[in-house]
Amino acid sequence: MDKPKVDKTFRFPTCMEEMPLGPTVKAGILTETNAGWRVKRPVIDRDKCIHCLICWTLCPDGVLSKELEIDMDFCKGCGLCAHECPKGAITMVSEVDGQ
Amino acid sequence: MISKEAHSLFLNGDEAVAHGVRLCRPHVISAYPITPQTITVERLADFVADGDLDTEYLYVESEHSAMAAALGAAYTGARPFTATSSQGLLYMCEMLHYVSGARLPIVMMNACRSTAAPWNIFGDQRDSLSQRDSGWIQIYCENGQEALDTIIQAYRLAEHPEVYTPVMVCIDGFVNTHTYELVEIPAQEQVDAFLPPLDSRHKVDFANPHGFSVSVNPNYHTEFRIQQQQAILKAAELAAPIDAAYKEKVGRSWGGMVEEYRMDDAESCIVAMGSAVGTIRETVDELRAAGRKVGLVKVRYFRPFPKDYFAALSGKVKAIGVLNKEISFGYEGSLTTEVKAALCGRGPVAVCGYHAGLGGRDISRDTIRAVYASLDRLLAGEDVNDPNYIDARW
Repeated sequence: MDKPKVDKTFRFPTCMEEMPLGPTVKAGILTETNAGWRVKRPVIDRDKCIHCLICWTLCPDGVLSKELEIDMDFCKGCGLCAHECPKGAITMVSEVDGQ
Repeated sequence: MISKEAHSLFLNGDEAVAHGVRLCRPHVISAYPITPQTITVERLADFVADGDLDTEYLYVESEHSAMAAALGAAYTGARPFTATSSQGLLYMCEMLHYVSGARLPIVMMNACRSTAAPWNIFGDQRDSLSQRDSGWIQIYCENGQEALDTIIQAYRLAEHPEVYTPVMVCIDGFVNTHTYELVEIPAQEQVDAFLPPLDSRHKVDFANPHGFSVSVNPNYHTEFRIQQQQAILKAAELAAPIDAAYKEKVGRSWGGMVEEYRMDDAESCIVAMGSAVGTIRETVDELRAAGRKVGLVKVRYFRPFPKDYFAALSGKVKAIGVLNKEISFGYEGSLTTEVKAALCGRGPVAVCGYHAGLGGRDISRDTIRAVYASLDRLLAGEDVNDPNYIDARW
C-alpha cells in the first residue's frame, strides 16, 4: 500500500496571496509528523518474529509496513502490537532511558 | 422551442427567474419544490423536457441535498443552480455555510417567505435575513424583470475570480413570485456576450488529487475567514461595474448596491428592499405631486451591505424610516440595525424602524403613507415608537 509520507518540501502559506481558494488542498500528502506524546517505542526482535503480521493488521495508526518497519513519525507508542504479538517478539522500550 | 431572439412574455416572477437561469446555461440544476418557489423549478423542468435547456436536472430528496448536489457540481467546475424558500432554506442552512466557506460560485433563488411557527406560506423576509451570516451575497429584487436580470448578473458576480462567493437572489413570495408582468427576455447572444462560459478555479483532476472542504484548525482558520470577508467585500466594489456592463450588453440597469429614487432634495426617506419598493415608488410620486419632499432608497444588496452609502446619507436627509419585513426578536428589524450602524457617529439624522408585511400582510399605499406621516412627526420632534409596528391591528 502507498502510505502517505510527510512532504518535506511542503510550505504553509506565509501571506494571504499564498492561501488556497477556500479549504481545498493537495491530497495524498502529510504535512506534519504526529508522534509527540509517545513515551515508549516498540522494538521488534527479528529472531522471535514469525511474520504472522498480526501487528501489521492491528496497528491503529497503520505505521507498520509489511516488512515490519515502523514509521516512528506517526507511532503513538500505544503498545497494542506488543500486547497482541503471539511470540512476545515486540518489547516496549522507554523513550527516556531506553529501559 | 423558445426563441433565441429578444422578446417579451407575460410572466410571473418565478417564471422570470427560470428564464434568467435558462439564459445562463447552467450545467446542473438540483431541484426540490416548495411554495412559493415551485413554479421556477417546474418551468426549468419544462425547458429541459422541451429541449430548450441542456442541463443535468436532478430531482433531489430535500433542500439539504439540493445544496449538497450544487456543492458537488461546483467542485467539479460546473455552473449549478438551485432555488428554495422558507423551511427549505432553513433545512439547507448547514450547506449554505459549506458552500460559502468552500468559495463555490453557486447562484440560488430564494422566494422570501415567513418561517414556522406559526405556519405560513406567504411572503416576508425572515427566512433569508435569518441567513445573514451564512457568507452568501444577498440581492433583493423589486419585480420579475429585475429578478431575471439579477440572476444573470449574479452568475457574473459569483464567478468573478476575486469573488468566488455564492449569491442568493431574493424575490418576495407571491407579490413577486406569483404576480404577472410583461418581462423582456434578452437574446441568448446578448447574455452570452455578458456571461462567458465558466472556467472554474475549482476542478476535479484525478492526476492532481485534492482534498475538498478539509478541516482547518486554529492555526489557519482566521486567515480563511479573512479571505472570505475580503472576497465578499470585493463584490461590493463590483456590483455597480457589473450592472453597467449588463446595461451595455443587454440594455437594462438596476443600479449597484442601492438605487435612489427622488432623493435630490428629500427631507425624509424610506429605506426598503424587495417588492414593497414598487409601492413606495408610487407613493413617493403621489406625495411629491402634493409638494412633499420625500424620497426612497432601495437596497439591492443586503450582503455585502452598502455601508459607505448610508454613512454618507446623514448629510442629505433629516429623517430615515427603515421598512422591515421581519423582526429580529429581542432587538429590531435587521435592516434597521444595519442602517443605524452605518450612520453611527455620522451626525444628526433621525432613524426609525418600521415593520410591515409580516406573513404576507399587504403593504399598501396606505401603509407607506403612514410611514411618511410618522417620519413627519419624528421631524417635528414628537416621540415615535421604534421599532414601530405600522400595519399592526392594534
